[in-house]
Amino acid sequence: MSLAVKAVGIRKSFGSHEVLKGLDLEVAYGEVLCILGPSGSGKSTFLRCINHLETPNGGYVWVDGAIMGYELNRGALQELPVKRLRAQQSQLGMVFQHFNLFAHRTVLGNVIEGPMVVRGLSRDEAEARAMGLLEQVGMAAKASSYPSQLSGGQKQRVAIARALAMEPRVMLFDEPTSALDPELVGEVLEVMRNLARGGTTMIVVTHEIGFAREVADRVVVMIDGEIREMGAPQQVLSDPGDPRVRSFLSRVLA
Amino acid sequence: MPHLPHSSPAALPLIDLPGPDVTVRRLRHPGRWVSGGIVLLLLAVIGRAFAVGQIQWTVVGQFLTAGVIVTGFGWTVLISACALALGVALGFAFGIMRLSENPILRFAAWLYVWVFRGTPVLLQLLIWFNIALVFPRLYIPGLIDERMVDVVTPFVAAVLGLGVNEGSYLTEVVRGGIGSVDRGQKEAAHTLGMTPGQTMRRIILPQTVRLILPVLGNSAIGMLKFSSLAATIAMGEMLNAAQRIYFINGAVIELLFVCAVWYLAGTTVLSIGQYYLERHFGRDAATATSDRRGFWAWARRPAARGEA
Ligand SMILES: Nc1ncnc2c1ncn2[C@@H]1O[C@H](COP(=O)(O)OP(=O)(O)OP(=O)(O)O)[C@@H](O)[C@H]1O
Ligand SMILES: [Mg+2]
Repeated sequence: MSLAVKAVGIRKSFGSHEVLKGLDLEVAYGEVLCILGPSGSGKSTFLRCINHLETPNGGYVWVDGAIMGYELNRGALQELPVKRLRAQQSQLGMVFQHFNLFAHRTVLGNVIEGPMVVRGLSRDEAEARAMGLLEQVGMAAKASSYPSQLSGGQKQRVAIARALAMEPRVMLFDEPTSALDPELVGEVLEVMRNLARGGTTMIVVTHEIGFAREVADRVVVMIDGEIREMGAPQQVLSDPGDPRVRSFLSRVLA
Repeated sequence: MPHLPHSSPAALPLIDLPGPDVTVRRLRHPGRWVSGGIVLLLLAVIGRAFAVGQIQWTVVGQFLTAGVIVTGFGWTVLISACALALGVALGFAFGIMRLSENPILRFAAWLYVWVFRGTPVLLQLLIWFNIALVFPRLYIPGLIDERMVDVVTPFVAAVLGLGVNEGSYLTEVVRGGIGSVDRGQKEAAHTLGMTPGQTMRRIILPQTVRLILPVLGNSAIGMLKFSSLAATIAMGEMLNAAQRIYFINGAVIELLFVCAVWYLAGTTVLSIGQYYLERHFGRDAATATSDRRGFWAWARRPAARGEA
């Protein structure tokens, strides 16, 4: 198993508030990792540090042979120009809690935007591939709709297709179902389950313990900006050693 | 005293309820007829007053299509168009600068708005017109070296004065428009690998344009009217042309009415254009189906805030 992502000593503060206190994490290709933890424990911040939407105050993230945002130069990390950072970021697909679809673009327009603008694909080629992805997430019939005409679950499936269109090495999900009505959660989890089955490498911040138990290869529990527990789902979820993890899980499993 | 159930003499027993097809008589509004009648009457009185007043309507008709006036209106339109184009360009440039990461750029944009929005446009026109008093020569090494009075003609002064002033308003509008596109879309573009420039051009500005389009329509209408201020700096636009004529023939009010007719015609055309532009751009799909009102319904909508 070769490594896809390696986070080394990630620290992040907002003002004097230290949100991440030196996190280490390794994710292998083909692995599905779920991050659980109470609200405010820094899960989103950690995910956003991994793809450099937030710049960590300490530590670094290595993705597929390169350090995100930096270049190793005579033993020091030299910050990269924004264009090269963006090229690195496009290797990590990101799915947001609030979808963040481009409101002025159709479903198809959302999915072809990255491939056309960033990778320079022709419109025909981008559309052909986009339709394939929309098929995969069950949204092909809505290709010419605008985001405002879709339900939350449909929006999220389009957002997943949009991220997949860049053929990322790793997919990051930040609570992809938290903004959805309960009856719409299933359709999004189903798409994610299929991705996992297809061998996509995924880091998923979620409150869906059932999903984590079923799909994850490993589960991480974060509390107060630290990783308190890490391991196979059945071990972490049913027999956590850390008392704070145990009390968190007993609250969410209740 | 025992609490009685709520009942009035008109209590309607179930047995008397009419069938579902019962006729419905609408409430009459006699007040509307009365107030409408009064307004019509007033309009008639005003109309008659002008008809029999000291105005030679034949002179109005005669000068409506006079060569000098039509040429003047041409200048009016040209100044307005150029000034609006300049204003839009400046508005976008400074509006984007206003949100720059670079504090010096942000400050420069703030300064621009502060100066040009904080002084009267008429004053700015006069300063541009007399700029040669400050800088007698315009000298850019290798590019241009001329007397300022030859460069800043009344036309150039009018376009600069009106355009730079408009730009300061539009800067704030563009800034607001950019700010209203949610951050999440910007982040999504970044995670796809789009550079800040690509994100601005392809994601943020298109959504901004939609938001500021109604303002631009109002700007165009306002500009057509404000261009009349250029008459004070010897620019031969329509009002200036009219003034030159009535200094000679004394038909003051007639020529001012001629101008009024042309300005109204211009602003009406612009309003219609604005309606179709808004209908074309001013929607994502959510409003596309619901907003199918005709032009006249749109034209009589309550005026937007800040409409000139
Ligand atoms: N941009 C920011 N500026 C200041 N504080 C922030 C910022 N982003 C996050 N925080 C703070 O960092 C802490 C962790 O936030 P984060 O969003 O990572 O938590 P989370 O684990 O994702 O929580 P949730 O489950 O509610 O999404 C919170 O206390 C939050 O207030
Ligand atoms: Mg979060």
